[in-house]
Amino acid sequence: MSNKTINNRAWWLVTPVVLLVAFNALIPLMTVVNYSVQETFGDNVFFWEGVRWFEEVLHSERFHASLLRQLSFTGIILLIEIPLGVAIALTMPKKGVWVSVCLVLMALPLLIPWNVVGAMWNIFALPEIGLLGKMINGLGIDYNFTRQPLAAWFTTILMDVWHWTSLVTLLAYAGLCSIPEAYYQAARIDGASRWAVFRFIQLPKMKRVLTIAILLRFMDSFMIYTEPFVLTGGGPGNSTTFLSIDLVKIALGQFDLGPAAAMSLIYFLIILVLSWIFYTLMMRNEEQ
Amino acid sequence: MKHVKWLPPTLYILFLLLPIYWLVTMSFKTTNEILGGFSLWPQEFTLRNYVTIFTDRSWYVGYLNSITYVTINTLISVTVALPAAYAFSRYRFLGDKHLFFWLLTNRMAPPAVFALPFFQLYSAVGLFDTPIAVALAHALFNVPLAVWILEGFMSGVPKELDETAFVDGYSFWRFFIKIFLPTIAAGIGVAMFFCFMFSWVELLLAKTLTSVDAKPIAAIMTKTASTSGYELGLLAAAGTLTIIPGAFVIWFVRNNIAKGFALGRV
Repeated sequence: MSNKTINNRAWWLVTPVVLLVAFNALIPLMTVVNYSVQETFGDNVFFWEGVRWFEEVLHSERFHASLLRQLSFTGIILLIEIPLGVAIALTMPKKGVWVSVCLVLMALPLLIPWNVVGAMWNIFALPEIGLLGKMINGLGIDYNFTRQPLAAWFTTILMDVWHWTSLVTLLAYAGLCSIPEAYYQAARIDGASRWAVFRFIQLPKMKRVLTIAILLRFMDSFMIYTEPFVLTGGGPGNSTTFLSIDLVKIALGQFDLGPAAAMSLIYFLIILVLSWIFYTLMMRNEEQ
Repeated sequence: MKHVKWLPPTLYILFLLLPIYWLVTMSFKTTNEILGGFSLWPQEFTLRNYVTIFTDRSWYVGYLNSITYVTINTLISVTVALPAAYAFSRYRFLGDKHLFFWLLTNRMAPPAVFALPFFQLYSAVGLFDTPIAVALAHALFNVPLAVWILEGFMSGVPKELDETAFVDGYSFWRFFIKIFLPTIAAGIGVAMFFCFMFSWVELLLAKTLTSVDAKPIAAIMTKTASTSGYELGLLAAAGTLTIIPGAFVIWFVRNNIAKGFALGRV
């Protein structure tokens, strides 16, 4: 960071990016802001509503419920995926042909279109014809994710763990690979325990990549839409209706543009604030 | 302890492959067999589902559409991100940190928030239902990501390389194209991989911005699931085919993939 030259002409180099992203981000964002303060009965006739929609959304039980579901979901998957991903990275081979095989197979779920992920888990978990559903029911547990909220949650979380743990593993693995062999030798000479090696050598080296992992997993799980929508359709009832699913229901299903826009902005703001905290922490790490 | 070390990765990979196995198995079954009962592998092996997809235009055109907009998006995103990433990795300029965070905020924007405004914007400029609309819309989250990854890789290249080249009389663009880009070729490969990946897997925007001509394969699948009854075998075959391009692309970047996922910052 410190040895960079000060040169304002660098703005010319970033101009194409700024123009492209501004076209995509600013115009739609202004549209959303526009809707969020107006009421419409169609035919492009709008009435000024001020902050009414914001107040309505912030006080609505429905929004609170979706937000709570969203926070629980994101919290649970972070608590599972981050430790699991690190644990698997720690046991992965360091060199040899198996490294490539492991990496390629692990990255596979990341490249499957999200609705295919949902459809795949649907047919995998169906109680009558799915492998997972059949297996769980075979153990004597009554399991049907289309009818039981708890089973729906279990399936959605398992699907997300299946889908994204590899991202954490790959990041943690990249961090581990950057540790020079000499560190381990020194630890061996000192007679350090396995735990001490992890705590004082491996974990500090992974700090940076793990921050990226948490940031990416937080953002993406908070925006999750397609996979649970295809898997459960937000049900049974509203039990797996996360924020994006609820938002699309309000905006495109009921066409309540005002409340949907207000909800969009609140939603975006929550992600922004939380991500900004992560980002600041990360940049502080990087400057150290 | 040592002899069980291969166990966790193996179990994990088995867990990853299980749903994929189930999808592939189903694609070789007839619909009757799928709905008729439970079997671990196809009892009457059939290729009919694949034949349908490869011969019915309404099916295979979806793959062509998806590949078209993904390719356009990857090219646009990486091309505009390259100079910007260079600027961020080499210079300090007015508002650089704020600009970088603003770019990142677009990676944080939920596609659900942008679906309707995008529909209106791209209809207004006459690009609705073209691959270009989807490619540009996906640039919203791919450009910031490409800048982020490339900046990571570029920061790993010592500044002396640039300085030596300028002393030798290279102009900026000649240095950038002839010397700098080959140096960070691995990073460019990884950035392209990520753009491909996120554009290939995204559906909400791709579906919103297309209706007939540019419909992606993933959207055709959802439509088939709801209209022509419940053709699970066909659905499974279409799903299986969407895995292949991804698997193909991973193979190319397998040596840089771990570093790439760390956004070049290791």
